[in-house]
Amino acid sequence: MTALTIERDIQARRLPARAPWLVGAGALAVSLAVGSLGSGPSVPAVVALAVVLYAVTLYVLSRAVEGPRRATDRLAGIAVTSAFGLAMIPLVSLVWIVVSRGLRLFSISFLSTDMVGIFGEMTEGGAVHAIVGTLLVTGAAALISIPVGLFTAIYLVEYGRGPLARAITFLVDVMTGIPSIVAGLFAFALFTLIFGPAYRAGIMGAVALAVLMTPVVIRSVEEMLRLVPNELREAAYALGVPKWLTIVKVVLRTAAAGIVTGIMLAVARVIGETAPLLITVGQLNQMNWDLFDGRMMTLPVFAYRQYAQGGVGIDRAWAAALTLILIVMALNLLARLISRYFAPKAR
Amino acid sequence: MTVGTPPAPVAAAGPRAADRRTGSHVWGGRVFAGLSYGSGILILLVLAAVAVFLVVQALPALTADPTELEQISWFRAESLLGYVGPLVFGTVLAALLALAMAVPVSIGIALFISHYAPRRLAQGLGYLVDLLAAIPSVVYGLWGALWLIGVLDPVMTWLSSTLGFIPIFAGYQAPAKNVLTAAVVLAVMILPIITAVAREVFLQTPRLHEEAALALGATRWEMIRTAVLPFGRSGVISAAMLGLGRALGETMAVLMVLSPGLLFSFFLLKPGQHQTIAANIAAQFPEAAGLSVSVLIATGLALFVITFVVNFVARAIVARRKDFSGAN
Repeated sequence: MTALTIERDIQARRLPARAPWLVGAGALAVSLAVGSLGSGPSVPAVVALAVVLYAVTLYVLSRAVEGPRRATDRLAGIAVTSAFGLAMIPLVSLVWIVVSRGLRLFSISFLSTDMVGIFGEMTEGGAVHAIVGTLLVTGAAALISIPVGLFTAIYLVEYGRGPLARAITFLVDVMTGIPSIVAGLFAFALFTLIFGPAYRAGIMGAVALAVLMTPVVIRSVEEMLRLVPNELREAAYALGVPKWLTIVKVVLRTAAAGIVTGIMLAVARVIGETAPLLITVGQLNQMNWDLFDGRMMTLPVFAYRQYAQGGVGIDRAWAAALTLILIVMALNLLARLISRYFAPKAR
Repeated sequence: MTVGTPPAPVAAAGPRAADRRTGSHVWGGRVFAGLSYGSGILILLVLAAVAVFLVVQALPALTADPTELEQISWFRAESLLGYVGPLVFGTVLAALLALAMAVPVSIGIALFISHYAPRRLAQGLGYLVDLLAAIPSVVYGLWGALWLIGVLDPVMTWLSSTLGFIPIFAGYQAPAKNVLTAAVVLAVMILPIITAVAREVFLQTPRLHEEAALALGATRWEMIRTAVLPFGRSGVISAAMLGLGRALGETMAVLMVLSPGLLFSFFLLKPGQHQTIAANIAAQFPEAAGLSVSVLIATGLALFVITFVVNFVARAIVARRKDFSGAN
């Protein structure tokens, strides 16, 4: 490139800063007009048309005024931004439809009755047995996976050296990818071998969920422990504190907020698992408080069975989905709040 | 160990604990170290146990005579392999279709968050995408079966009528309970993980590379094409494989959306052509007993092996890049 062309490049004509806004307004107006001409203006069609019009017009304008390189740049910017917009469609539509359909049957009585004596098109009945079942099964899964996950993370960060620690780290990562249904099959196979083929209990589902949850707990706790500055450990050692006390009183205490957050996110992730519970815990129309004896209903399985049943069941499925999402979101929110307000302040 | 820094104010328990150098502390240390070590070993054992138990339970089906297998009401194949084959085909087809849709969009989102969105907004926008990962799969199933099918119906009608001369788009029948709809739901479900990993690698592009490109007069897109994308290539590949692993094993969304069939078919818009391993297990398992349980567990074993290999390769690629500490 000669000096002359560089100079021309720098002084090249640019579109005015308000050009994109004007083009955007124009594209939206045109597509609204076209939409109202058609049979019925559907929102996604109008938006899609507006985006395409905007991209084409701006590209042509920019190519004429600024040259092909800037035009490609603008086009890439539009493509990247609309990719993000595209991802928001499922999120927004999903939240909207779950809330609007879920509210039809969502009520205090839905949250406080079970399905005993409910048949046909009766709109009574609720999911309290499923909510209790979900809490029991997930709670038991958490009881299994939190200690195992916590100690494994401590091993990886504080004790583990050499090939064994590397192998565990790697296999934990691989384990996060185990399909949930395979975890369910594993729990089924395990309990069938020990208690015979007819055994069904909530604890089977808890074991399946624990297989899915433990690697998530390990990963997040490990990350939190690695964030604890080494100076803190060395200071404790210098004072003569034994290693295990240093871990309990210094490392874990410093990382406590992060660990709690990670565990809650892990719980939120497995509480909505359906497939492993469908094939192990099964379903039931009434309350069962005993984790070790008999089938249990859980919220995701309840939603699925009601959907499969059809009719008024579909409304119940949406209400159950809403309940489930509320629980998951509450856990997520609580986790974020804990990590925000209880994290050690950086100095 | 040398301690260069002055002691930090942490020693609430320190001095007292140091004074009491009794046997109980040595003992406590051993127990604690043992527990940690044991938990690490336990993880390895569980992973091995998953494989072993599946093999043990699948053995009756693996060794059974074809005439015995024909006793099972839903078993319509010459042999176990003939039954697993179409299931594997359906699983891989749905997952690859989902991947083909999700990867370009994810790269776009990741670039948007890492290089286009205003710095202050970027984290919040990333959190919005992560929210997609928090939604339970059964809710995706409801959404796919009761909303998406209706939305995709006009699109697929149009696709089938204008591009129907291409065999894969031929023969659409409403409602859209076909493999393409299932793949769309799967694509939405794997978007967050691919985006999270891709975003992480894009953010790790050396600042100097980017500035060098910009200093040579590159536009923002040229900078991304010449500096960011080549740097992130292996990360994006492994992100895609992690997404593939998720899509292969996803159950509920496929179960609720897809009208099943056991064919080697490339008609993407026809219902009743495909089925995935996971959805098939969930559909048949509650009523199964005896040998049929064994057959289903054998298909589950096939799924486990496939996803294990995919995840293994993906993680191996990630692990080779030591500088990249990953969102998982």
